[in-house]
Amino acid sequence: MERYYQQEIECASREQILAWQNERLVRQVQNVWDNVPYYRKKMEEKGLTPKDVRGVEDLYKLPFLTKDDLREAYPYGLMARPLKDCVRIQSTSGTTGKRVVAFYTQHDIDLWDDCCARAIVAAGGTNEDVCHVCYGYGLFTGGPGLNGGSHKVGCLTLPMSSGNTDRQLQFMVDLESTILCCTPSYAAYLAESAIERGLRDKIKLKAGIFGAEAWSEEMRQDIQNKLGIKAYDIYGLTELSGPGVSFECSEQTGMHINEDHFIAEIIDPNTGEVLPEGSKGELVFTSITKEAFPLLRYRTRDICVLSRKPCSCGRTHVKMSKPMGRSDDMLIIKGVNVFPSQIETVLLAQGYAANYQILVDRVNNSDTLEVQVEMTPEMFSDQLSQVAEREKQLVNALKAMLGIYAKVRLVAPKSIQRSEGKAVRVIDKRKI
Amino acid sequence: MTIHQISVFLENRAGQLAQITTALAEENIDLRAINIAETSDYGVLRLIADQPQKAASTLLEKGFILSMTPVIAVSVPDAPGGLARVLEVLAAAAVDVEYMYSAFGQGDGKAYMIFRVTDIDKLVQALQGGGIQPVTGEEMGIH
Ligand SMILES: [Zn+2]
Repeated sequence: MERYYQQEIECASREQILAWQNERLVRQVQNVWDNVPYYRKKMEEKGLTPKDVRGVEDLYKLPFLTKDDLREAYPYGLMARPLKDCVRIQSTSGTTGKRVVAFYTQHDIDLWDDCCARAIVAAGGTNEDVCHVCYGYGLFTGGPGLNGGSHKVGCLTLPMSSGNTDRQLQFMVDLESTILCCTPSYAAYLAESAIERGLRDKIKLKAGIFGAEAWSEEMRQDIQNKLGIKAYDIYGLTELSGPGVSFECSEQTGMHINEDHFIAEIIDPNTGEVLPEGSKGELVFTSITKEAFPLLRYRTRDICVLSRKPCSCGRTHVKMSKPMGRSDDMLIIKGVNVFPSQIETVLLAQGYAANYQILVDRVNNSDTLEVQVEMTPEMFSDQLSQVAEREKQLVNALKAMLGIYAKVRLVAPKSIQRSEGKAVRVIDKRKI
Repeated sequence: MTIHQISVFLENRAGQLAQITTALAEENIDLRAINIAETSDYGVLRLIADQPQKAASTLLEKGFILSMTPVIAVSVPDAPGGLARVLEVLAAAAVDVEYMYSAFGQGDGKAYMIFRVTDIDKLVQALQGGGIQPVTGEEMGIH
């Protein structure tokens, strides 16, 4: 039987959820207007006052926030509470440019922990479980988030943090960990290591909650088989709190967004226009309960689809698909949204290497798409007809994935242009 | 009985073929046959070299994609109807030929045909049944 951490919220009627969202959004907009001059200025530039937002149906009027805004307002410019009210910061890894720093009041942390607790219970967690957290602890939100959720559920929490695989496996065996929380790639690595060391049968894990990086359905199957567990996806952003913005249930067909805390929209990344349910586009979140660091219409740059189809688990909150790509990478070709990651998926599935280059051009007012693929020993044959046949299969598979025709050009190995060791994936020659 | 053909992926780019022949010449590798099948974008270069292993490693080092393909060579009498007779024998035995091309001997003026088939045993049986003996590598000066 499905269990919930906060059943009355997680299974609330749509009307109830909308009522919460309307009330909380109006209050949050007023809060931001009063306390965040950076955002107030953005609203004023659009001629908006808090009165213009009477509920979720007016959300589209509000200006977006992007990662650039967060960098510009670094470190305190988007805070809605004085520092004395805050008890914690977390930060993104910040591989490029300035870090993003997010602030939390104790109340913010409580609600974040609730979100993570919902994810743990959805994965079958109870106070009988031993929850093994090997996400990193520290500025990164993974460790603290799942740690807090695990406490709320009442699990025995092992704050392992990342690394030291031998110690991880030893604790897992000795303390009989039942729930594993880490990145999917580390879960796969732990599974391999456990098998290598002959510990597979001594491991008592039943579920895993894996997030913070992209992973495929094949990877899920692989981890599930190797560890004998059910693997659940979890999604979040430091900017919004951390993991637990959305989480997977037993159906494993998407992640329920905690809509009592976050309003989700899907927009066209180019026009900013809100798209109807079921459309693929950029995911935008508005945090309606955050006190210290409330972001309105924050553009995640993740490309997703939302679905309100009833879920067999009984939860009523909207589900989001796994992110399918990043909006920064999106190309519009013949009016169709194309992501390099989609092309990469097809190439790998067809047995080619992920060495490719996408050339977009405009010939006679019509967009053209060419995918250059480096030949591999596996795909080569002395018979031209076989090479051509495989090329045709690739063209068909690309058409099925993208919805438009892509010319395939097989090129010699290592002939694709690289800059500083990294291949240049997209060359867009169109002059728009 | 079979001879090693080297099949190389050829991008239709100026200078690629020259790059291959130069690389082989620098290693003193002599070519007995060369054949190209191509589309507008790419092609497959097939070559018979006097030192197949050395030729293959030389090209692999240069980063080319290649495969070694076993083929059968047949000596074709330098007289009218020479090739026709060989082909008649193969047609009579219903041997499927993937492709074929001509090759030269080791300065002996002899002409050869190279056959690529899926079923080599069937080809050899058909040839021998028709009184035609496939040429060995040594006879063509291949080491
Ligand atoms: Zn569900």
